[in-house]
Amino acid sequence: MLDILAYAAFFLVTALTYGIICLGLNVQWGQTGLFNVGVAGFVAIGAYVSALLTTPETAGRFGGFGLPVWFGWIAAMVVSGAAAALIGAITLRLRADYLAITTFGIAIAIQLVALNAETLTGGPFGIGFIPRAFGGLEDRPIIFNLANLAMVGTVTALLYYALERLVRSPWGRVLRAIREDEAAALSLGKNANLFRIQAFALGSAIMGLAGAVQAHFIGFIAPENYISTLTFQVWAMLIIGGSGNNRGALLGAVLVWGLWSVTGAMLAAFVPGEYQARAAALQIVLIGVALAALLVLRPRGLLGEEKMISRFLKG
Amino acid sequence: MLEVRSVSKRFGGAEVVSNVSLGVGQGAIAGLIGPNGAGKTTLFNLIAGSFAPSSGDILLEGAAITREAAHRRLKRGLGRTFQIPKPFAEMTLIENMLAAAQGQRGESLFANWLTPRRVAAEERANAEKAMAHLEFLGLARLAREPARVLSGGQRKLLELGRVLMADPRIILLDEPGAGVNPALLDTIIDRVIEINRRGITFLIIEHNMDLVARLCGHVFVLAAGRMLFEGAPSEVVRNPQVIDAYLGTGST
Repeated sequence: MLDILAYAAFFLVTALTYGIICLGLNVQWGQTGLFNVGVAGFVAIGAYVSALLTTPETAGRFGGFGLPVWFGWIAAMVVSGAAAALIGAITLRLRADYLAITTFGIAIAIQLVALNAETLTGGPFGIGFIPRAFGGLEDRPIIFNLANLAMVGTVTALLYYALERLVRSPWGRVLRAIREDEAAALSLGKNANLFRIQAFALGSAIMGLAGAVQAHFIGFIAPENYISTLTFQVWAMLIIGGSGNNRGALLGAVLVWGLWSVTGAMLAAFVPGEYQARAAALQIVLIGVALAALLVLRPRGLLGEEKMISRFLKG
Repeated sequence: MLEVRSVSKRFGGAEVVSNVSLGVGQGAIAGLIGPNGAGKTTLFNLIAGSFAPSSGDILLEGAAITREAAHRRLKRGLGRTFQIPKPFAEMTLIENMLAAAQGQRGESLFANWLTPRRVAAEERANAEKAMAHLEFLGLARLAREPARVLSGGQRKLLELGRVLMADPRIILLDEPGAGVNPALLDTIIDRVIEINRRGITFLIIEHNMDLVARLCGHVFVLAAGRMLFEGAPSEVVRNPQVIDAYLGTGST
């Protein structure tokens, strides 16, 4: 019973970190229509930045400044957001297909840097001994997982609240106006590019935060965590949950991560060892099928985009 | 107020606007007419900054705005509507109006988290102003409907309202009468005159000569990208060149 509770807490913490990434993607895609196919790259930046800043000094590797975890989180957001702002400013107009190609390439470049820049990132072996939040409780998994769940749950709730406020703000209204008719928005004095860059940077900062939260929960990161599969999973979560809806983003994250975990456990239990690597591909297929089925049955996702009205106009 | 000096615009090999000059005085309602393809909307787009002219200058209240980005021109007091109206279709009318207000604190990301009360106060003030404009335009009862339910004429009115939210000093209207039923057309004419009385200058593209005659004190006639004629509406309708250009008799 206690084991199940411990696992449930562990599962939810992981699912919520994906949920945070989804919230970031929802700002970019759901609210602004920015097609970011490099989600994994921005998560990786956050994870590595926080890891470098907070780990103890390590021979043969840059970093290890031993700074507090909260500092790592903030730095992760700042660096991921700044990287996105820079990329956004360069690919200035951030038109659909070009942004997709650019972000895809950048995510791969980031992953390759993580893999090869050994003195910075530890190379293929990654970075270990990342200080875990509530690390003192590690030998009591239930308490440790529940404490982390409380913390990550709080962060998610705060983020959700902050983003919901934005969706209903004049800022969110400009994003909707630009999505509906850019020429009209320009004629009304809205600097469309600036708003797009802001949304892109904000979304990526949130992804960076999620990367850092994950890193400090698991205590270890490696380049293989940040391949395109991650991007695919997050997109599936957002589309299934309901793009344009922050609750949908969180719901999708929990459901898809649940599906992923259950199928992973089943493969481990029923597939003979020598076939497991290949069978793992079935997990991705399954998510793809679930996605396709949902798009047929509920094209707008489980929770579609809500009608947004400025929060000052109720009643 | 608005001065266009020897402006030309080429798209590839085609010169769509050639060497056009015009001036609109403070408080005037000027008309811009011409057959289809004469370059009227292109000239509007140049004045509004959708793209830059190949040559020539555009001045607003004495300041050169020739190459200024479109989104900066409303801050200078230059507003425009579109030939085919561009409402934010899925947004309500009141939100369409609110989106047009200028200098909103709430449009900066952090203000919404750091100074929510000031954003709220600003938003309430803007909502009040928006409702007053909607009332003036006869759209108030539709304020909470999405803009997609509006008829063509109502869309024209909503666009005018959005521009008014920005307190412009000059408004470019692109075919306010096109596809509008006669009853609503009277409303539009009436409202333009009323807005003009408050001191706002207009430059209006229009095909309906009756509307032009009722509104405009001065009319510019474009044909094939060139300024063919300018004068009072009564002179314009009698001018043989203008009649030729419109009817395409082409002789003489």
